[in-house]
Amino acid sequence: MQVIPLSPLDLSIAGLLIIAIALISLRMNLKLERQVMVAAIRTTLQLLLIGLVLKALFTHVHPAWLVLVATVMLTAAGREVMSRQKRRFSGLWGFGVGTVSMCISSFSITLLALTVIIDIDPWYEPRYAIPLLGMLLGNTMNGISIGLDRLTMTAWDQRTIIEGRLMLGQDAKEAIGDIRRESIRGGLIPIINAMSAAGLVSLPGMMTGQILGGSPPMEAVKYQILIMFLIAGGTGFGTMTAVWLGARRLFDERQRLRLDRLRGG
Amino acid sequence: MLKIEDLRFQDIGPLNLEVAQGECVGITGTSGIGKSLFLRAVADMDPHEGRVLLDGVDSGKIPPPEWRKRVGLLPAESAWWFDTVEPHISRNGWKGLERLGFPPDVFDWQIARLSSGERQRLSLIRMLANGPSVLLLDEPTANLDAESGARVEDFLGDYRNEKRPAILWVSHDISQIERAADRRFRLLKTGLEPL
Repeated sequence: MQVIPLSPLDLSIAGLLIIAIALISLRMNLKLERQVMVAAIRTTLQLLLIGLVLKALFTHVHPAWLVLVATVMLTAAGREVMSRQKRRFSGLWGFGVGTVSMCISSFSITLLALTVIIDIDPWYEPRYAIPLLGMLLGNTMNGISIGLDRLTMTAWDQRTIIEGRLMLGQDAKEAIGDIRRESIRGGLIPIINAMSAAGLVSLPGMMTGQILGGSPPMEAVKYQILIMFLIAGGTGFGTMTAVWLGARRLFDERQRLRLDRLRGG
Repeated sequence: MLKIEDLRFQDIGPLNLEVAQGECVGITGTSGIGKSLFLRAVADMDPHEGRVLLDGVDSGKIPPPEWRKRVGLLPAESAWWFDTVEPHISRNGWKGLERLGFPPDVFDWQIARLSSGERQRLSLIRMLANGPSVLLLDEPTANLDAESGARVEDFLGDYRNEKRPAILWVSHDISQIERAADRRFRLLKTGLEPL
């Protein structure tokens, strides 16, 4: 089966839906019209751009290009995690905690998938590497943002309790233990829900895309299961790393709670 | 003995003070001057300059949890993280609880239902369970009626005679400081002024 090409006219018809939402927003005073339009334009431009990049990458297969694209993706994801924090760490840490955690988890799991599981030759074949990394980063990013946001917000709200525990001689790990656990749980719940609902309530996007693109359904399903497991692993390790790093940063070498290292509100 | 040398925090200091075992030093001062911050710095809860020594050993040489067990800080506002009293206070603390007017079933009480005065008295017992050799008391009777306040003062007096801790007692109530403390100071931005 061949993919039916989409013409600009086809996309414009779908685009009318966005304009309709913006108009309703204007009427109902939802104040979303600007955001909706900007987001839709960003989607169009960013995806067209990545399309061009992928097209170029597919014809010039070289690990250096892959590393460059991966770095740009990681930086963008790191900024996104940072901007979703209500109270983020100040200075380099604000960007660093999430980015380092995403780098460790997403990169190592993508490499594992490329070299061991799918076993592609060469491993840096961009047709596999870029979409895999993209899906992993996108989902890990969600887990890490939620985990870190919950960690810093709860620490801020429960400062009296954390310090009360420190004053009684508990160490920092014990004083923040409950909050750390809850933050990791918060980061993991979306992917657990996604795995539970997959196929019953929702048809995952990647699988749908493959089927639309002409793959046999069972092959698409197997890839989707693989992706789900990779995402769950990436989100899990990424969130744990980020919350662990963040929880350490909340205390100094004398195990004092240092909320002055957070900013915003 | 507790020794405070050139202690500076935020815009306050340098503070110098020695408190012997069994001695109680009262600190007063206008509200917002930094009396609570002073106690927090001694307990090493906030970054500070200068040194705090306990029996000649610098606080930096002692692991923080150990330091805070030995230098017990009773904050003006107590913190609770379980639903009932029991997991916060070991049943060994019972003698003190009885003296402060609590019935035996106090261990099953819901934290959410405690009055601020009850919380304050319970947190005192909880802190003393660590057996600290220095007590840093931040307005220990602020939320109590006159009768409970006198009870806490008596209780602390007996505890002091028995265990001989060094005590820093912060209160805005000068008459209380005069009753409880051997020496008294007013905290100013520039230092401690003897009263």
